[in-house]
Amino acid sequence: VIRIERRLRQPRWLSLAVPVGSILVSLVASAVVLAATGHGPFHAYRRLFDAAFVANGALSASLTSATPLAFTGLAAAAAFRMQLFNIGGEGQLYFGAIGAAAAALLVGGGSTTLLVLAMCAAGAAFGAAWALIPGLLRAFLSTNEIITSLMLNYVAALILNYLIFDSLSYWRDTSSAEAKVFPQGKPLPDAATWPTATLHLSSGIVFPLGLGIAAAVAALLWFLYSRTRFGFELQVIADSPRAARYSGMRTRRKIVAVMAISGAIAGLGGASQDGDFRHLLDPRGLTDAAYGYAGIVVAALARYNPFAVVLVAFLLGGLQNAGYALQGADFPSGLVGVMQGLILFCALGGELLVRYRFRVGRGARAASVTAAGAAS
Amino acid sequence: VNNGIVVVVLASAVLYGTPLLYAALGELLAERSGVLNLGVEGMMLVGAVMGFWAVQRIGASGPVTLAAAVGVAALAGAAMALIHAFLVVTLRANQIVSGLALTLFAGGVGLSSYLGNDLHLADQPARHQFSAVDGFGLQKLPIVGPIVFDQSVLVYASWVCVIAVAVYLSRTRFGLNVRAVGEAPDAADAMGINVTAYRYAHTLLGGAFAGVGGATFSLSITPQWVDNLTAGAGWIAIALVIFAFWRPGLCLLGAYFFGAFAALPFTLQARGVTLAPELFQSLPYVMTVLVLVLVSSRGAKLRLGAPAALGTPYVREER
Repeated sequence: VIRIERRLRQPRWLSLAVPVGSILVSLVASAVVLAATGHGPFHAYRRLFDAAFVANGALSASLTSATPLAFTGLAAAAAFRMQLFNIGGEGQLYFGAIGAAAAALLVGGGSTTLLVLAMCAAGAAFGAAWALIPGLLRAFLSTNEIITSLMLNYVAALILNYLIFDSLSYWRDTSSAEAKVFPQGKPLPDAATWPTATLHLSSGIVFPLGLGIAAAVAALLWFLYSRTRFGFELQVIADSPRAARYSGMRTRRKIVAVMAISGAIAGLGGASQDGDFRHLLDPRGLTDAAYGYAGIVVAALARYNPFAVVLVAFLLGGLQNAGYALQGADFPSGLVGVMQGLILFCALGGELLVRYRFRVGRGARAASVTAAGAAS
Repeated sequence: VNNGIVVVVLASAVLYGTPLLYAALGELLAERSGVLNLGVEGMMLVGAVMGFWAVQRIGASGPVTLAAAVGVAALAGAAMALIHAFLVVTLRANQIVSGLALTLFAGGVGLSSYLGNDLHLADQPARHQFSAVDGFGLQKLPIVGPIVFDQSVLVYASWVCVIAVAVYLSRTRFGLNVRAVGEAPDAADAMGINVTAYRYAHTLLGGAFAGVGGATFSLSITPQWVDNLTAGAGWIAIALVIFAFWRPGLCLLGAYFFGAFAALPFTLQARGVTLAPELFQSLPYVMTVLVLVLVSSRGAKLRLGAPAALGTPYVREER
C-alpha cells in the first residue's frame, strides 16, 4: 500500500525541513524517555530552554559551549564529506590543547596577538599530527580509520593525564607545595588570555575569539570544498573512488590532506579551549566534556555544510550548557547525550525523506503498475 | 607454578577477554548478515548498567538473580540494537553514522550514564557477582588449572557460545542463510530468504551478546557501576571481528590476546611495578591499532572473509 521510491530531484526546502523536523521529533522522543523515568517533560524543557537561551548570562555561556562544538563539528564535516570517518576529533582536540599550552608557556610574554598566533599554529599543528596517524595508515595501508582514530582518542586522553597527573612534565605546575599534592597544569601567561567581544544588549553577550576563528574556518572550508579544484577532486573521490583513480587524481594524497585539515581544525578547538576558557592544560575538564563526539552530531545534523555547522553548534552548545547548569537530582547527567543521540537518529531517519518519497494508496498502485509496465 | 606471573596473566587474560569475546561474537553475527553495527560500545554500556540494576533490585537467591541479570542485560542490548536495525534495514540509513549515533546515544555520556544516575547505581558494591567456580574439580592442575578451570560461569558459557555460533554458521540451514544474506542479498532474496527478517534478527542477537559482554564487566570483572565502565572495549571488539577474519574460533584467541593486555596493568601493579600506569593502560588501544595495521596491509588485497554486502542496505527495487 505504501511505496517508497527514489526521488529524482531533491527539493531544496527539504534540506532545511529535515534537520528542523529531526529536532522536533527528537524532543518528543526525549520527552518519552523523561516521562518513562518519572520526570515531567514540559517542566524539564522549560527549564532547559531558560538555562540555554533566556536566563541572565545564558547566551554567553551557550556561546562558550558552542565554540568547541563548532571546531569539532567542522573537523568532522571536513572529513565525513569525503567519506573519511575521522572520529578522532576528541583526541585531536586534546593534542591541540597540549600544543597550544606549550606554545603559550614557551613564548611566555609578548603581545596577545603574537601569543594567539603561536597558540593557533601550535594547536593546529599538533592536532594535524595526531590525525595524520590514522590518515597515513588509511592512505597507504588501507587500515580502517574509524577504529584507529577512535583508539587514538583513548591514547591521547591517557597522554594528557600522564602529562599532568603522573609526571613532572613541562605542562605541570610544580611551583608550590600545594601544586605538588594536587596536580594541575601550569597557568598560562596573562597575555595568552584571548580577547573577547561584548555585545551590549540587556545583559551583555560575550563572544569568545574562538567562535570568530571557527566562523572564519567555516568560510575557508566552504571556499576550499566548493570553489577550488582540490574540493572538486575530493567530491569526485568521495562519490566514485574508481572514476577518480582512472582520471589520475591522487587519492592517497587527498586522504592524507583531508585528515590533516580535519585534525588541524580540531586542534584549533583545543587551542581555543586553552586561550578562551581554561588558561591552563586541564585534562579532567577536557576529557569530561566529550566535545569531539558531540561534534559528530553537529556535523551530521548540519549535513556537513560548514556554515550550518556553526549554527547547529550554537543550538547544541545551548543544550550542553543548559545540561551543566541544571545538573542535579532531577536533571541527571547523560540526559544531554541522550537528547543529542536522539537528534542524530532522527536526522538519519530523515535522510530517507530526502532521498525517497512515499506514495500511499491508489497513487502507489498506479505507480507500481506503470513501473511494472516499463520493466516488461 | 600456578602463582608465576605468566600463569596469572594468562588466567586474567581469559577473564578480561570474556566481555570482548561476547561482544565480538555478537558483532560477527550482525556483520555476517551484512549489518555493520558500530554501536557495540553503547550496547555494552547499557547492558552493563541494566544488568547491574537487575542484580541490585531483584530479591531472589544469588544464582537466580545473576541469571535474571544476564537476561536483562541481553534484552537491554537487543533493545539498543533494534534502533540501529530499524534505521539501517527499514530506513536504509548510513550504517556507519547510525552505529556512531547509537554509541553516542547509549554510551558513556548518554543513556547508560543517565540510567546509572537516575537509578542511583553509582558507588554501590554489587549484591551478587559471578565468581570463579572450580570447574570439574580440576582447579589445582598445574598451569591449565587456574587458566581454564578456575573461571566464572560467564567464561564457561562464552565457550559454549563460541561453539554454538561456529556450528550455527557452518552446519545449520539458518546459519547458511545468514551467510547468503551477508554475501549476496539479491540472490538470497531470489531463493525466498527474507533478507529483512534475517538482518533484524541477527542485529538484535548481536545487541544481546553485546549486552551480556557489558554485564560481564559490571557483574564479574569490576562488580559495580561507574560511567564509561567498558572504556572502549566495544571498539576493540569491532576490531577483533576484523582480526578474526569473521570466524568465531579466531575471535576467542583474539579476545584473550587483548584480554592479556587489558589485565597486564592490574597484574603488574599488584606486583609493585611502579611505571606510569598510563603506559600500560594505553597498551590495548595501541595494540588494536598495530594489529589492525598488520591485518589490513595484507587483508586489503585478500579481504579475508569480509561479507561482500557488509555495510550496504538491501533495496529490492534497486537490485
